[in-house]
Amino acid sequence: MTDTLAFVPVLIAIGAIGIPVLTYVGLGLGEGILSLLPQGLSGSLRPWVWLSLPILLVLLILIYPIIVTLFTSLRDARGEGFVGGSNYLWAFSGTMMSILKNNIIWLIGFPAVTLVLSLATAVLFDKVKYEPVAMTVVILPTAISFTAGSVIWTQMYSFQPQGMTQIGTLNAIRSLFGLAPVPWLIAPVVNTLSLIFIAVWLQLGIATLILSSAIKNIGSEMLEAARLDGAGEWRIFRSMVLPNIVPSVMVVLTTMIIASLKVFDIVYVMTNGNFGTNVIANRLYYELFSANNLGHASAIAVILLVCALPVALINIFHFRAENKA
Amino acid sequence: MSDAALNPPAAQLRSKSTGRSKQKLLRLLLNIIVIAFLLGWLVPIVALFLSSVRPQADTATSGWWMAILRPDLSLANYGLALDQLRIAGSLGTSLAIAIPTTVLTVILSVIGAYALVRMKFAGRTALSLLLVALLVTPPQITLVPLLKLYNMVGLSGSIPGIWLYQVGFTLPFGVFLLRGFIASIPVELYESANLDGASELKTFTAIVLPLARPIMASLGIMAFLWSWNDLLIPLLFMGGSAMAAPITVNLAGLVAQTTQGQGPLMAATFLSVLIPLFLIISMQRYFVRGILGGAVKG
Repeated sequence: MTDTLAFVPVLIAIGAIGIPVLTYVGLGLGEGILSLLPQGLSGSLRPWVWLSLPILLVLLILIYPIIVTLFTSLRDARGEGFVGGSNYLWAFSGTMMSILKNNIIWLIGFPAVTLVLSLATAVLFDKVKYEPVAMTVVILPTAISFTAGSVIWTQMYSFQPQGMTQIGTLNAIRSLFGLAPVPWLIAPVVNTLSLIFIAVWLQLGIATLILSSAIKNIGSEMLEAARLDGAGEWRIFRSMVLPNIVPSVMVVLTTMIIASLKVFDIVYVMTNGNFGTNVIANRLYYELFSANNLGHASAIAVILLVCALPVALINIFHFRAENKA
Repeated sequence: MSDAALNPPAAQLRSKSTGRSKQKLLRLLLNIIVIAFLLGWLVPIVALFLSSVRPQADTATSGWWMAILRPDLSLANYGLALDQLRIAGSLGTSLAIAIPTTVLTVILSVIGAYALVRMKFAGRTALSLLLVALLVTPPQITLVPLLKLYNMVGLSGSIPGIWLYQVGFTLPFGVFLLRGFIASIPVELYESANLDGASELKTFTAIVLPLARPIMASLGIMAFLWSWNDLLIPLLFMGGSAMAAPITVNLAGLVAQTTQGQGPLMAATFLSVLIPLFLIISMQRYFVRGILGGAVKG
């Protein structure tokens, strides 16, 4: 529709100028009212004036839906009658099992491949003169949406039957070496791994940045001394670098675990869950839109939340330790 | 005998020089590996660009690398993408979503972080911990109730509805990222402002906002990328809108229908990644800072 473009400047003006100005005026008004109150009262009310908008938004978009979803997961398809734990029983039976299996492949494969590759890039980039350029190259894909990344990779994974010209990059390379083409997106397990690699391509830059900064924090004098003593690079990496970057390795792992829980876009665009590549986030979308089963959708969402819970607890633990120190 | 006495240093010298040539070989190997990796990592982007400027007939019959071997380039795909795939409208809608989301996320995060760091109140620690816990919330947990709510109040299909969602969802991260920075502003600065009789709002706008500009830029670029690249939320909440679909939703739909062919799709995809790529290259410093500051340190 042509009128979309006419609306765009108006919407941007409202959202990026109008609402911020209103927010500022609101803060000013709040402060004005506070200044009329006695000192003690205004002091204790002030935080809530400032925090009112952020708290309201978080309550509306996160807290309220989490609580409601917990209850809906115990209700029927229309979200009305109480059905106990039957949605959860459904979530761990039948077709759901193969979906859960794929999620486990994602949960292990994505963090593991990302970690190994990013350790390699962070360590190797540290030793070359053109490190900034190398960094920029791995960071580039992190700006690309999972949707666009998937479209981009259709050209890598494209498959033609044997004997025909391969127009997909990977199969063309295979045919150069006389190998049979692989149906990357159709062959079971291979396809899930192929999808995982798209996510690795898109997110490696983040992991490399985190690990590279950790490696640079290790004193170079210490490493030089070890080198002068004749320690090999592999030994230095294993016994000096690795132990010093464990916290950052944990950060990479937890970040990637959370990302693999949420994965939706790549599967939606590449296979739409066909050929045995479905994951629970996509099944949730299906339950919500095609099956209209609110109970099932909510139970799946709660399972995702529960999987994320250990990471949340680890974060809280670290946050408290850091703020006490 | 005198030979034997001379030998050890000579042997040492030789082993040193073989050690040096071995080092040279290792350096060469390192450079080959790193450069091969970097070239490989760029292949998908190069392939995307080349496919977007090849005629449709070529794309259907040969790989993108043939564009290098037998250049026959045209911009026809871009014309098709803009004319028939409504890509201009989609880019506009995505901008109308991402720009306000970015500005509002940054503003509300800096207000929230300032209050959380500078003001003492009951429940402050609990609130901070809650924010940290919410950092990893999967968006899926919010969908069922919010879809219902959005339908009830008429927010579904509207762009402000998407602002509301994305700002609310990104706020815990934003407050978390800015919190650390604001806590590192020296207390003396606030104290001298207090002595000058500056109000809370004045202190905030005259001291905190100017100092926090770089970290606000970090949050801004991340919020923009998340918003621009988001598929799930606009896919769910923009249904029934009169506006063109956001670019991610449009692309995802185009993959499913192959009538237009690969060329226009690749052109549309290339257009969709131009703004994010430009941002990340021009603001790389801020992006790096955002990533490193946003990671919960162990």
